[in-house]
Amino acid sequence: MTYIPHSPKERDEMLATIGVEKLEDLFQAIPAAHRYPALNLPAALTEMEAATELREIAESNETTNELLSFLGAGVYNHYIPAAIDHILQRGEFYTAYTPYQPEISQGTLQAIFEYQSMMAQLTGMDVANASHYDGATAVAEAVNMALAQFRGKRKRIVMSQGVHPQYRATTDTYTQFSGLEIVSTESSLGTPDALMELIDENTALVIVQYPDFFGRLYDYTKLAEAAHAVKALFCVVANPIALGLLKPPGEMGADMVVGEGQPLGIPLSYGGPYLGYFTTRSKYVRKMAGRLVGESVDSRGQRAFVLTLTPREQHIKRERATSNICSNQGLLVLAAGIYMSLLGKTGMRHVAELCYHKAHYAAEQIAQLPGFELCNAEPFFHEFTVSCPEPVADINAHLLEHGILGGYDLGQDYPDMENRMLIAVTEKITKDEIDTFVAILGEVNHGH
Amino acid sequence: MNIPANLMYTKKDEWVDLESGKMGITDFAQGQLSDIVFVEALVDVDDDVEIGGEVASVESVKASAEVYAPVSGTVVAINEGLEDEPEVINTDPYGAGWLVQFEVSEQSDELMDAAAYEAYCNGRD
Amino acid sequence: MDIKLDTAPKIVEPTLYELSSPGRVGVDFPDPDVPRAKLPDALLREKLPLPELSEVDVVRHFVKLSTFNYSVDSGFYPLGSCTMKYNPKINEDTARLPGFVALHPLQPIETTQGALVLMYQLQEWLKEISGFDALTLQPAAGAHGEFTGVSMMRAYHRDRGDMKRNKMLVPDSAHGTNPATSAMTGLKVVEIPSDERGNVDLGALRAEADDTLVGMMLTNPNTLGLFDEHVEEICKIVHNAGGLMYGDGANMNAMLGITKMADLGFDVMHYNLHKTFSTPHGGGGPGSGPVGATAALADFLPAPIVDIVEEEADGLPPLYGLVTPAKTIGRIKAFHGHFGVLVRAFTYIAMHGPDGLRNVSEYAVLNANYLLARLRDTYHVPYDRTCMHEFVAEGRWKDAPDIHALDVAKRLMDYGFHPPTNYFPLIVHEALMVEPTETENKDTLDAFADAMIKIAEEAHTNPELLHDAPHAENTPFGRLDEVKAAKDLILCCWLPENYSEQEQ
Repeated sequence: MTYIPHSPKERDEMLATIGVEKLEDLFQAIPAAHRYPALNLPAALTEMEAATELREIAESNETTNELLSFLGAGVYNHYIPAAIDHILQRGEFYTAYTPYQPEISQGTLQAIFEYQSMMAQLTGMDVANASHYDGATAVAEAVNMALAQFRGKRKRIVMSQGVHPQYRATTDTYTQFSGLEIVSTESSLGTPDALMELIDENTALVIVQYPDFFGRLYDYTKLAEAAHAVKALFCVVANPIALGLLKPPGEMGADMVVGEGQPLGIPLSYGGPYLGYFTTRSKYVRKMAGRLVGESVDSRGQRAFVLTLTPREQHIKRERATSNICSNQGLLVLAAGIYMSLLGKTGMRHVAELCYHKAHYAAEQIAQLPGFELCNAEPFFHEFTVSCPEPVADINAHLLEHGILGGYDLGQDYPDMENRMLIAVTEKITKDEIDTFVAILGEVNHGH
Repeated sequence: MNIPANLMYTKKDEWVDLESGKMGITDFAQGQLSDIVFVEALVDVDDDVEIGGEVASVESVKASAEVYAPVSGTVVAINEGLEDEPEVINTDPYGAGWLVQFEVSEQSDELMDAAAYEAYCNGRD
Repeated sequence: MDIKLDTAPKIVEPTLYELSSPGRVGVDFPDPDVPRAKLPDALLREKLPLPELSEVDVVRHFVKLSTFNYSVDSGFYPLGSCTMKYNPKINEDTARLPGFVALHPLQPIETTQGALVLMYQLQEWLKEISGFDALTLQPAAGAHGEFTGVSMMRAYHRDRGDMKRNKMLVPDSAHGTNPATSAMTGLKVVEIPSDERGNVDLGALRAEADDTLVGMMLTNPNTLGLFDEHVEEICKIVHNAGGLMYGDGANMNAMLGITKMADLGFDVMHYNLHKTFSTPHGGGGPGSGPVGATAALADFLPAPIVDIVEEEADGLPPLYGLVTPAKTIGRIKAFHGHFGVLVRAFTYIAMHGPDGLRNVSEYAVLNANYLLARLRDTYHVPYDRTCMHEFVAEGRWKDAPDIHALDVAKRLMDYGFHPPTNYFPLIVHEALMVEPTETENKDTLDAFADAMIKIAEEAHTNPELLHDAPHAENTPFGRLDEVKAAKDLILCCWLPENYSEQEQ
């Protein structure tokens, strides 16, 4: 047994110390009729066999390493500096528990504190927590926090349809038993002005995305003012890479900035684990769910860090906690912290600009193809929408034959957006690759 | 333990001054919570509150407690000073550490006087 | 505590901000190979006050920080209810295979059959291990699994038109997540006391089992490390009242191949892959909390789950895809779960097989009972009977009145051990909750027991040794001033004020 170190002799000595004869004697409390059921599982593999089997399974996938990918829709294929995974693979980080014992957890605690600092400054906010599960649950927690802020007295949430469809679906699941009303514009492409019309005195929260799901960029300052005019909270779901270049939502008056931290040095990994980041203003910090690390001193007069404001959390507040969250995405927080510190202010801006220029080049080229039209009249960042001459599924099937992962089919989520494709371009894509993509797309209209 | 004779007490360690309508948490309660770092009123001025309704939430470094109304009535004042200096509940629970003031319409028949509350506290140790 | 506030605190390792120097960068990117587009002037940010460091600065900083951490790779970590078993290194390699990490979650299923087969197989294995009929891999953690399961229970009652049910029963020994989860889904929480043997008090349970019951959340073995001796009766009482049984799988490490939760009467349960199936805890996460359910609840599982969408035919393998259960509660996060964690759990189960998994639980229980046998004469054990994978002792003695569980915990650090969980469960005074796991050998357990016995002696002869623990020669940091942290609330640091001047 690879991971069970006992020799038969040691086992027998231990049983003797306990005062029983055999292992089975320890399980008398389990109802006899249901004790030791047969498990219909394959026989054990050795490490060598498992390594082979897993490699074979992995190799049966076609990945973004082989395929040229223009797929984004909330998950982006950015370059991940080598140093990140080398640090992550230190057992001192990945085999530690939540830092409940600060004397022997300062590595994790200081790393989280530094992440909180960088995240707050990237978003232009006062404080970040130690993370939620992903962007979707961070949005759902923002809604819960707004409800708690009004002690359940306000029941209306105004949410743009430009918030990621899976984040909106998750929020619906989280709030389905709370009697909330979540409203949005009729058109999928509702503007901030149209959202403004929906805000009333019963509104707890207004929530938009930046850039939104269709790639559009708006300055939300006026919308934030409209929310604040009725004392509602204002939340922006932001792409952290875009914030290397763009005005942070904190400067537009956001009360919360939340989102998906995956672009910050976390691999695609078929959807997870990722990182939900959550930032807010100091005055709301006690309403924010999730862990927080604060600075203090130790008994030796050394600066040190510790989990703080823990009475907000479930293990103390139990049924009075606003969230049941117990873990955070510790290792992904570490990855994002290393990513931001390696790139720093220069690298963050550089990557954002590369994405911007490449996406705009791609958009310009595609817009010149007959039958294709760029839908983004407003500024966009690294993702944009095009209307296509044929169903997106058909186009993507053709692209895949040429080793290309086409963009996201918006018609899947938005009935009024059939034949529209959402295309993402990151810094990893070269000009030649964009040209190849455009050339294959160009074949579409000629009846391939 | 400090248990002023002129106040009435609940089993959940709230005190109320039936003269002024002010209420707070007792010396025993603040001692159990230890260092109080945050107080949040859960009612607003002019709210009508029933006996047993939640009026405030008190947080210390290690614990969190809800405070319940010992009387029914209308909230006439909330101690705003606790926002910046919640620790006065530790140092002066019956004075500067008051939480909420009511115009009392009805008092709970389970309220204890100082002697009864002292006996109740001693019985818990 | 002896806190020296008169001088500025000593900095052991500077923050990234203090290490920052204008102009440094840790990774270069090329210039654009496309024409530069016009930037949206009105939307550009003016300042980006992030640190600036070279790669070597960053690597040395984080390696230094890592040396401040205690971890399973550094030593024994008997943290009760957390199952800090050894995390096999092969899991890290398989999860990092390029065929897994470079997969986008929205790729067409034809290109991700390997990932989907792995998920399907893991669903099947987890179902088999606990006897459930259906399962979702989507929940991101145990608490997230609880939220999923309880939402399914509510949806089940609502679907039957049974709208009056709004009450969830939770034992007084439960993890805080159980009542928090119930409250999050809008339920009233009623706490059920434990009896003198640490079981659910059946009388109290019967008194609450009425037609407003949504169900009961039960951890079994419970947080005392004890298998509830009336578990079948409990399930029967709840079912007879029309309620459902939720199993909190936090303590599954004692149950692999020992019994199946569905056979005992549980209707829905979450698994903690980061506990039972050896995926690492990562300093707080990511976890993974799959939820299994009986046939009656299968239609309410969150979307999507993995299933065969085209049967095997003409020599072609079946096609696996993502499907939405008929009465689903909806989506509970983006995409399909913590896939990287699923790969690790898959690897672990594949390497154990049925006999290996049963051995895991047998030896986890052996180790816990061995430590219990060695410590019960020194530390009072309030519910003293054969335990499962963990047990709870008291860190207090009548004749050492100033010593608390916390002091024992901190003194253990001096002996090179991570302390047990303390102050949980709430029903034990000065609780010390010890979970050794199966991966520790007898020598380690003996060394730990010897240290615990020595500490008990010190508590009586030299209590200062405990009060001052941990000591500077043993740990890099001493006890923290938590009051200061909560009062000052410094949650963020900045570049120094004169930083931009350095740039000129």
